[in-house]
Amino acid sequence: MDFASFLIQTLNSLQYGLLLFLVASGLTLVFGIMGIINLAHGSFYMIGAYLAFVLASATGSLFMAILLGIPLALIFGAFLEWALFAHLYKRDHLEQVLLTFGLILIFEELRSLLVGDEVHGVDIPAMFSGSIQLSEVLSYPVYRLVISGVCIVLAVALYFVIQRTRLGMMIRAGNHDRTMVEALGININMIYRVVFALGVALAALAGMLASPISSVFPNMGSHVLIISFVIVVIGGIGSVWGALAAALIVGFADTFGKVLLPELSGMVVYIVMAGVLLWRPEGIFKKG
Amino acid sequence: MNAQLLLKLVALGILACVPLTGESFYTELIAKTLVLAIFAMSLDLLVGFTGLVSFGHAAYFGVAAYAVAQLSPKYEAASLWFVLPASVGLSALVALFVGLFVLRTKGIYFIMVTLAFAQLAFFVFHDTPLGGGSDGIYLNVKPTAEIAGWVPFDLDNQQHLYYFILAMLVAVYAFLSRILQSPFGRVLVGIKSNEHRMQSMGYMTFRYKLAAFALAGGLGGIAGFLYAVVFGFVTPELLSWHQSGNVLLMVILGGMGNLVGAIAGAFLFTGMQEVFATWTKHWQLVMGSVIVAAVLFLPGGLAAIPGRIKRSLQGGGSNE
Repeated sequence: MDFASFLIQTLNSLQYGLLLFLVASGLTLVFGIMGIINLAHGSFYMIGAYLAFVLASATGSLFMAILLGIPLALIFGAFLEWALFAHLYKRDHLEQVLLTFGLILIFEELRSLLVGDEVHGVDIPAMFSGSIQLSEVLSYPVYRLVISGVCIVLAVALYFVIQRTRLGMMIRAGNHDRTMVEALGININMIYRVVFALGVALAALAGMLASPISSVFPNMGSHVLIISFVIVVIGGIGSVWGALAAALIVGFADTFGKVLLPELSGMVVYIVMAGVLLWRPEGIFKKG
Repeated sequence: MNAQLLLKLVALGILACVPLTGESFYTELIAKTLVLAIFAMSLDLLVGFTGLVSFGHAAYFGVAAYAVAQLSPKYEAASLWFVLPASVGLSALVALFVGLFVLRTKGIYFIMVTLAFAQLAFFVFHDTPLGGGSDGIYLNVKPTAEIAGWVPFDLDNQQHLYYFILAMLVAVYAFLSRILQSPFGRVLVGIKSNEHRMQSMGYMTFRYKLAAFALAGGLGGIAGFLYAVVFGFVTPELLSWHQSGNVLLMVILGGMGNLVGAIAGAFLFTGMQEVFATWTKHWQLVMGSVIVAAVLFLPGGLAAIPGRIKRSLQGGGSNE
């Protein structure tokens, strides 16, 4: 592997890992704070991608689609929390698995009814459609760099919100001990709703950003969901920074696995997870 | 001789009569349901009795199904007395190996990790020469039951196959009932209700859970074996997480920790699937809505309905 192709694979790994972080961060927060296992989280990624396709076709621009899509995803997340997930907090994990499994079926069929089962493409915005020449034959698309950039900005913003704001303090406290937070007079239900809506919006945004490069197709959420589970397992439940590190590990393992061990490409990520389980069953970043 | 046993015998009698109707479509449908019922019972050992919510049980179903297809010669019949134990043993071994990893985790982790290992198994059959890609493999010739020239039954004959499956269902049911009444089974139930207590009583709970996990994998393998024989082909879809979700659904629909419930859950699931599919090609929408509604309004599954009715009747009586 020469330097240029190594650089390309490294950038691809970063971009894939960062995109996975957007999905996994919401998942791990919902696990950590609400104690809910949400199988439908991958569907939010799928819904985001389809929103991007539908809105970009209607408005003619991916920017507009994302601008319109994010508030829609937030509202959708808050609604779901209110209508369904709020009833699950006191139930056991099995019932959560069941209900969210049912939701996947509903979302996929609604997608099939409303948009159909075809594979669709979304155009890369014109200003990012170029690529950077790395060597005589190899070049790197600007849009992938833009995705990485957006994800880094969001990760920093997430860091700021969680570590530096009052809301973030409540989220961290809720992650630690929800009974105590309630006893202090904080409206934990409001925090749950905000966190859930945020998680939905992040996953949907990941789907919207990814739509031009991965295209938009049925069941696109399920692979992302399972990979996000692996990330949460590696990073430790509830740990956003664990999720970031794990997402990057998974991004590199998957991308370089495809290049170096093509016949094992689907399995590399899971083998990494098995290794982490032997070493630290609670995830790398789980404290205590 | 109590009423419950009588009821079970009547149900068995009805199932035994199905092939006699000569309706080939329904015989195959019920044969398929019986296979799923075995699968659901095997999972119930983990979910309902040991308290281990495995979301990757389809892996062991699929491993055994692929084992039949791979161990059978291309154009002649393999011996049933070899491929059945070999494929079931293989899925138990795989479950034992996976159990060493996944049983190190608990709760939500366990659910996710079992799912991830099932996905790993999916990719093994999807991507490597073991599996034959996303198209799967055909099992051209069904295994033969021949013993030294004598053929007690013929799996190519639909009626014979049906009764073979029914016999396997009864055998798995009897085996699990027996296991659950044994000291081993009591320990599993003890682990479900309080693992720490069992540990402080001196039980090495990890070993018991591992044994249960491997056993459930092997019994799931019986179902996978039968599935491959009934349908004559295997695809990676058998190991997909939808399959794991569906079998979990059967266990829960029937009410966990109840072997008859698991069988009833398999029938209810297949029944719903068939009925909804006649209404609309988007039957999964109806199925998903039923699942969501069932979780919200019917905690405890079908098996809890008689108790609820009884309670509400009693409650109604005391109000009057």
